[in-house]
Amino acid sequence: MLNYDIVVIGGGPAGMAAALKAKECGVDSILILERAETLGGILEQCIHTGFGLHYFGEELSGPEYADRFIQLVDEQKIEYKTDTMALEITENNIVYAINKTDGLLEIQAKAIILAMGCRERPRGALNIAGSRASGVMSAGTAQKYVNIDGYMPGKKVVILGSGDIGLIMARRMTLEGAQVKCVCELMPYSSGLTRNIVQCLDDFNIPLHLSCTVVNIHGKERVEGVTIAKVDENRRPIPGTEEYIECDTLLLSVGLIPENELTRAVGINLDPVTSGAVVDEYRETSHKGVFACGNVLHVHDLVDYVTLESQTAGEGAARYVLGKTEAAEYITTKGVNGVRYIVPQKVNIRNSGDVKLYFRVGQVYKNAKTVVKYNGEEIISKKRPRLAPGEMENVIIKNDMLKNFAEGGVIEISVEV
Amino acid sequence: MQKNIICVACPMGCAVTVEIAENGDILSVTGNTCKRGDAYARAECTNPVRSLATTVKVNGGIHNVVPCKSAGSLPKDKIMECMKIINAAQAEAPVSLGDVLVSNILDTGVDIVATNHCPAK
Ligand SMILES: Cc1cc2nc3c(=O)[nH]c(=O)nc-3n(C[C@H](O)[C@H](O)[C@H](O)COP(=O)(O)OP(=O)(O)OC[C@H]3O[C@@H](n4cnc5c(N)ncnc54)[C@H](O)[C@@H]3O)c2cc1C
Ligand code: SF4
Repeated sequence: MLNYDIVVIGGGPAGMAAALKAKECGVDSILILERAETLGGILEQCIHTGFGLHYFGEELSGPEYADRFIQLVDEQKIEYKTDTMALEITENNIVYAINKTDGLLEIQAKAIILAMGCRERPRGALNIAGSRASGVMSAGTAQKYVNIDGYMPGKKVVILGSGDIGLIMARRMTLEGAQVKCVCELMPYSSGLTRNIVQCLDDFNIPLHLSCTVVNIHGKERVEGVTIAKVDENRRPIPGTEEYIECDTLLLSVGLIPENELTRAVGINLDPVTSGAVVDEYRETSHKGVFACGNVLHVHDLVDYVTLESQTAGEGAARYVLGKTEAAEYITTKGVNGVRYIVPQKVNIRNSGDVKLYFRVGQVYKNAKTVVKYNGEEIISKKRPRLAPGEMENVIIKNDMLKNFAEGGVIEISVEV
Repeated sequence: MQKNIICVACPMGCAVTVEIAENGDILSVTGNTCKRGDAYARAECTNPVRSLATTVKVNGGIHNVVPCKSAGSLPKDKIMECMKIINAAQAEAPVSLGDVLVSNILDTGVDIVATNHCPAK
């Protein structure tokens, strides 16, 4: 059996930032386990620029952003094993992992940081009628084909879902000579960033059809076309609005789900809205010594936020290992009236610092207010010219406020228009 | 002539309308909620620029392609022409992050540089 103070599962931006912070806080015995052949996570395939604007003050591409952290991991001599898949974690914080050179690894950890990222919702989750022809794939799979393997998966493309990955791939496929016929979005608004709609669709005259979906996929061996239709307010296709579009490829960009198989198997409490663990302000889960950060905790749109959150988790894990944790008296947080979720879901009021709460709204609002209440009483109110589901919001609870709260209290955040 | 632009200088995404004279002079900018929107809309109408990110073919590397980007902004209407040149270029492994893969593309003064490493196979 191997022994480490901290085992980090996942070597994407979350895992690397958490490991680096834990090291900085004084923990030396750290091991990162990464399933892929290199560190970097999903960033390796996100070759467009726009990463790191907040954190580095520069517009980097995904691989450049990842490279800065890979270099730091090397400089700090943090151990990692690539091509290594974590299989299980146990009640006593033992991690089982497997790779070709070591075979089965049994690693006793004092603390574990979960940083497994997320994966895309597969077609199965969608229930589109039609054949099982080839040419239907997730936008992320297409991104890997084009950007890493240098292979174009199709020539005439329809994209279902207007999340950022779908928008980015609309531009990428167009640049490589494909004809992107349209992007269909089930909702009456796009969940992608406005900047991406302008620079990925409008720049190339690619139409965005809102309140629209794909109802049928045609073709036997290879996709030959799709039927799209308008949907009503209950997201049901409206008969008579069907339109046939010829294409050889359908990309699905219909959302990401945190990859929490390991988390679930050991019985860690999950939040049904985020599909990630329920955590406190240091991102500690319901299981002592197990922390979670990045997309495995909740889906982030900006990698900079992943980095910041993971530093918090790395610090939390280090404090735990070094025996610096305070006694806990928790209050809980709750999103109401337009706020879908808040992370962290609970906060220790004995914490000696300020606490940042991240939250997401469920629809687009203009000229609204976000209101924070403690046990029903308003404590913070912020005017927000624009709120959108695709853009994570945050609010800081100052420590002098926190000190006045009592165990069992509830913080609610809501939107008021 | 009227041009409708969505300002992306901040997440508000204001719809801005620019009135342009026959000779190309900008007559008015309306719909923006702040000064930055005015500047953004004027630049979009006179000299729109974009950064470009794509890949270049690699011979003998662990992957077939290496990602790259324009080291500065390129005129928007030259993007597709730049793609043709970049797609005709090839690099020999190993490629290091920051290597210049195409220099001074289309005489714009902008280099196309690698944004990742591609070790030899
Ligand atoms: C297809 C796709 C495209 C995206 N494109 C963009 C984009 O264009 N712009 C943007 O800002 N954000 C994008 N994102 C969001 C992006 O994931 C985050 O910004 C950020 O990369 C999340 O970091 P992370 O470390 O939490 O997850 P990841 O980067 O996904 O890293 C998780 C790592 O954990 C590893 N792992 C998982 N399970 C195990 C296991 N059991 N054992 C060992 N290792 C494991 C994975 O191999 C992976 O390397 C995209 C996400 C996806 C899924
Ligand atoms: S005009 Fe001003 S407020 Fe409106 S999107 Fe542009 S920068 Fe933002």
